[in-house]
Amino acid sequence: MGPAVRVRRLEPVAIGAVLSRELAVFRRYWRSTTFSSIVEPTIFLLAFGFGFGALVSRVAGYDYVEFVGTGIVATAVLFSSVFPGLFSTFIKRRFQRTYDALLAAPIDVEELVTAEVVWLALRAGVYGMAPLLVAMLFGLDPSPGMALVPFIGFLTGFGFAAFGVLISAIAKAIDNFNYVTSSVITPLFLVAGTFFPIDALPGWASTLAQVNPLHHCVELVRHAVFGLQPVADLAHVAVLVVFGVLMWRLAIWRLRLRLID
Amino acid sequence: MAAHAIVLRGARKAFGPITAVAGVDLDVPAGTCLGLLGPNGAGKSTTMRLLTAQAIADAGEIEVLGHRLPEESKAARARCGVVPQIDNLDYELTARENLEVFARLYRIPRPKRREAVDRALETANLTARADGVVDELSGGMRRRLLLARGLVHRPELLLLDEPTVGLDPQVRTELWSLIDTLRSEGVTILMSTHYIEEAERLADEVAIMSGGRIVARGRPAELVAEHVGREAVEVYGPPAELQEVEERALTGGLPTRRSGPALAVLGTEGSENGSLPGGHPRPANLEDAFVLLTGAEVE
Ligand SMILES: Nc1ncnc2c1ncn2[C@@H]1O[C@H](COP(=O)(O)OP(=O)(O)OP(=O)(O)O)[C@@H](O)[C@H]1O
Ligand SMILES: [Mg+2]
Repeated sequence: MGPAVRVRRLEPVAIGAVLSRELAVFRRYWRSTTFSSIVEPTIFLLAFGFGFGALVSRVAGYDYVEFVGTGIVATAVLFSSVFPGLFSTFIKRRFQRTYDALLAAPIDVEELVTAEVVWLALRAGVYGMAPLLVAMLFGLDPSPGMALVPFIGFLTGFGFAAFGVLISAIAKAIDNFNYVTSSVITPLFLVAGTFFPIDALPGWASTLAQVNPLHHCVELVRHAVFGLQPVADLAHVAVLVVFGVLMWRLAIWRLRLRLID
Repeated sequence: MAAHAIVLRGARKAFGPITAVAGVDLDVPAGTCLGLLGPNGAGKSTTMRLLTAQAIADAGEIEVLGHRLPEESKAARARCGVVPQIDNLDYELTARENLEVFARLYRIPRPKRREAVDRALETANLTARADGVVDELSGGMRRRLLLARGLVHRPELLLLDEPTVGLDPQVRTELWSLIDTLRSEGVTILMSTHYIEEAERLADEVAIMSGGRIVARGRPAELVAEHVGREAVEVYGPPAELQEVEERALTGGLPTRRSGPALAVLGTEGSENGSLPGGHPRPANLEDAFVLLTGAEVE
């Protein structure tokens, strides 16, 4: 006879089961993920640090290496959350039918999405540290505030992973991701204050950058590393929390439409 | 325990213009095996998905193990095992890892998980392949693993959607004996299939589905007696001759069916055999009933 099951929403066991699946799969490809998470910031730092760094030595009061080294934490967080949110979610739903398999067991779409997003956010939190480690080799000084960076990465990654899941549930085919990548993700990544300060942009663009969640991640990381600014930073955290909750609920709604006939 | 493990009352489900399930009434008594027999597109898989709330009925009432669906479907799913028509194993993971994820999902407490997974692997005869990745398993092994995944928590009710589709006869027989064992242990089984022999061998009762409806229901022998009769005559010959025999049978009120090069005239008991040239009498079977009731031919 089956065990007596308490039926509630967002049960930790159900979420834990999906996390355990992700972890088992991750054991098989962590090498390649880790490799690119180290190589990418190295390339950014070499290209921008030595390229631009030769032209501008200080930006917004930081050494250029410090500026870019902290800025690309956000890039790492964005890429390691939004792209798996898009692609692996689509593949698991459409081709591997993993979600169909899971939903025949006692787990609902809300728990499934939450687990997938939490997993990607955890990954983003860990891999968000990689650029800092690389930047230290390029001369960034370690600071105790860096211990906050994984939490900032988790919070930001949560929202962007959920955004990826949302788009993957809306898209009819993987090719359609191109629209979102070029018209949403690339601009978000460029005007976040990663490579150049946003106040150098024309007024309208810098206003737009203010609503870019990634910009708030960039600011938080810089402040964590070089000195917190409590009031401003609470506002940054608030923006990321609102973004995360909004994307999470939207992703659940759209994926449910796809998975439950 | 409720007398019926599954109750469907007037269940309907449409996808846009297509009505996949068009008002189904179906009870599955606890402890029995019901075969849901129907041709492609009859609505079998959709009916199965209604029972796990992976499809939500447009109308009607559904109860699984006493839980009302869709509201209480999570509690019902905890007590069901599901084997889908389409393979959805995690092919990158090992057989054991696949089962471990579901052992957690089905709330098997940590200290018992290992034992439950081992037992399911054993049941499916996959112990030797437990630590190999699914990608390297044969089609038959993957099917057995799918079954093991649905059994890991010892469900009271098993939903099998075409459990042996695409398997060679030997592997199919293996799976049949596995399913038969479960049935004898008292597990309630709802099994969809379009293999007549599968339904005949495993099911206590058969429900024949066609065009989203249950068109007949009963023990295989009853269905044959009721809808076909006792006997059929198979006639071989050139097409023109078969055509003629068919017309004569139909005017005489006897149904016929084509199967390959032969024509079978059904329900021939009591009519004079002499009027059927070159005919071989044989007992009527479930396949005859299936073809008569669904209008579909058998592969
Ligand atoms: N998600 C869906 N969207 C649109 N139509 C669907 C969907 N699922 C099923 N259908 C349609 O509903 C009808 C019944 O399909 P279903 O899969 O239930 O049949 P089946 O009896 O399982 O057939 P088979 O033996 O081929 O598996 C078919 O016409 C099918 O095209
Ligand atoms: Mg089907």
